[in-house]
Amino acid sequence: MREILSGNEAIARGAYEAGVKVASAYPGTPSTEILENVIFYKEINASWAPNEKVALEVGIGASFAGARALVAMKHVGVNVAADPLFTLSYTGVKGGLVLVTADDPEMHSSQNEQDNRNYAKFAKVPMLEPADSHECKEFTRLAFELSEQYDTPVFLRTTTRISHSKSIVTLADPVCDLPVPALVKNAAKQVMLPSNARVRHPLVEERMRKLSSAANTMAVNRMEVRDTKVGIITSGVCYHYVREIFPNFSTLKLGMLHPLPMEMIREFAAAVDRLFVVEELDPFFEEQIKAQGISISGKDFLPLCGELTPERIRKAFAGQGIVVDSATAHEEQSSAVSLPGRPPNMCPGCPHRGVFYALKHLNAYVTGDIGCYTLGFLPPLSTMETCVCMGASIGNASGVVKAVSEEERKKVVAVIGDSTFCHTGINGLMDMVYNKVPATVVILDNRITAMTGRQDNPASGHTLSNEATHRMDIPELCRALGVRHVRVVNPFDLDETETALKEEMERPEPSVIITDKPCVLVKRVGVFQRGPLYVVDTEKCTGCRACLKIGCPAIQWHPNDGVRGMSHIDPTLCTGCDVCRQLCKFSAIGRAK
Amino acid sequence: MSERVTNILLVGVGGQGILLASEILSETFMLAGYDVKKSEIHGMSQRGGSVVSHVRYGQEVFSPLVPEGEGDILFGFELMETYRYLPLLKKGGAVVVNDLEIPPSSVLMGQENYPEGLAEKIREKFPDFLLVDGQGLAREAGNLRAANTVLLGAVSRRLDIAESYWMQALEKMVPSKALDVNRKAFQLGRELQG
Repeated sequence: MREILSGNEAIARGAYEAGVKVASAYPGTPSTEILENVIFYKEINASWAPNEKVALEVGIGASFAGARALVAMKHVGVNVAADPLFTLSYTGVKGGLVLVTADDPEMHSSQNEQDNRNYAKFAKVPMLEPADSHECKEFTRLAFELSEQYDTPVFLRTTTRISHSKSIVTLADPVCDLPVPALVKNAAKQVMLPSNARVRHPLVEERMRKLSSAANTMAVNRMEVRDTKVGIITSGVCYHYVREIFPNFSTLKLGMLHPLPMEMIREFAAAVDRLFVVEELDPFFEEQIKAQGISISGKDFLPLCGELTPERIRKAFAGQGIVVDSATAHEEQSSAVSLPGRPPNMCPGCPHRGVFYALKHLNAYVTGDIGCYTLGFLPPLSTMETCVCMGASIGNASGVVKAVSEEERKKVVAVIGDSTFCHTGINGLMDMVYNKVPATVVILDNRITAMTGRQDNPASGHTLSNEATHRMDIPELCRALGVRHVRVVNPFDLDETETALKEEMERPEPSVIITDKPCVLVKRVGVFQRGPLYVVDTEKCTGCRACLKIGCPAIQWHPNDGVRGMSHIDPTLCTGCDVCRQLCKFSAIGRAK
Repeated sequence: MSERVTNILLVGVGGQGILLASEILSETFMLAGYDVKKSEIHGMSQRGGSVVSHVRYGQEVFSPLVPEGEGDILFGFELMETYRYLPLLKKGGAVVVNDLEIPPSSVLMGQENYPEGLAEKIREKFPDFLLVDGQGLAREAGNLRAANTVLLGAVSRRLDIAESYWMQALEKMVPSKALDVNRKAFQLGRELQG
């Protein structure tokens, strides 16, 4: 049976075929669809965790109980999960544990492009990297086998181009006869007190030595000798780029990135005249290969930043005098018209829009966070000064307040979404109260993890499998943390929102304002409700453009050839949020009759 | 069955249903017995940004990305985005584009103008050009939402794939209650003369 699957769908299928019992993750592009597809296999207990650290800890528990466990996250999520990861390397596993790290070279949807291959070396954990969807499935299965065979967690590393590309996968039946999970006590292996950990560390080193040796005969590392003039060592999607551009060159495709098959690499080096390494981001292979005294070239001509593409590889090699058949080389074309850009925008009716409008009006210094509301940085709202990592806004605000004058500190406002607040924002708020920092926090509770594509979270009231569950009470939680001034406002009421912000910004105490309107994309019945349609009264519109200041995609400026231009509301896009009506001083915007 | 790889690029604005259209294309090519790869970036696309999806099929496909300047067909869902991605096409490549303008935020706010005469400018560079009234034909088929299927029909004429595979893919990917409208929309597109 063959199906076209994305890398993420194939990893989910691989987990099913490998007999995984427990899967946990926090959504993050490009990893999100793994768990969203795992839920189609009812054999697997799959759930969203509030953050990646918890996701990995859930996986570790399942593994210790003897179940195979899959944990998935984006590259920066591994930073959050790094604490349990490094010690898990010492404890090893009982049931296999595979940690998927989905890296994002080019930062299509991320705040940095860290190369998580370095984590494999740092944490002393083997890492596999598939090059297409079929390999995503096969390598997931293999990763579980290696995990149990070598008593180690195993990384499965993808990049955006693997996670989100689709190719044909041949399906297989799930494995059977896996041991039944049960409570088995093995404290010396799982309680990492210094005395126990000292016993484990040499075992970790021994395991990596064994894997190093086994790597040379693993089928996932594959030497393909063709024309021996040029040999290229590569992995992942870059393998396919190299095959596309240089179909005749010899390749060494690395399926296991750590530890490297050094004997195989040496053999390959000896078989070719010129040796290159094509790898995205860091010179991870190159440095280790050079350390073996093997002459190889890579990052001296290939970029360190951004993803590689067929064009970028072709151009870089051309600079080395290695030019391919011109039949495939393309002609440069010049675009005669310079086009307006098309940046992403908050949706029509987005509950964040009015909040940023009010913050801008108050000239607030906004520390931002990760979510759709980061788009508040873009014009015309342009009201965000920081965005560092998940949950950072509150700590950032505290730091800014501590540094600046008493007058300036009133301007400092942290904005954070519901999912991000659950992820790692709560600790920041705890710190703010504990240390008496007089900043204002706005929690934009839109009832969903919106930017990654509407995933549920502890404050949404539903689980990954769409089962109803306890909905975390954000106002009560804030009060329990010690915030004395907690207000819930309607972000579609600009006066109410601005008044609340103004009062809380003035207050020399920590305070929290929570907005309570849902994301317009929430599909669950009864959460988001469309309002009445709004129209512009062409008699009253003076063309003052005040309504354009919120950047709503439903409002369009019609210049009318320079003669009395005016705004127009697209009836197919308007959700009836009412914000534009409040901006119009001439009462030209109102409900459609 | 052709040996070489055929490269198709689908471009438009996030939220236009480009990913589903590229899935239907890929499914069709797999049913027809080809190797298929496709690639696109998710995430920000739903927020009205520019979207490009790469679909490649042939005997054996390596890269999921179409190398720049090697596109055989540019399948555009919106005029300005189609113009933006012309450099991905090979010389003499074909353009099938929906006759639709979606203004970006700077145009909505009156800071820039939507470029004029794009269809003609595209035709000058790529004479193998078909401008499709996707919305009009979708209405004729019975549902405005079937515009993408009209476009798929128009693209299908340029590919050497038996009609039965297209129908099988539609049956698999389109909800059954919408199937009749989509079959009709596909035929309306397929009958267009470019």
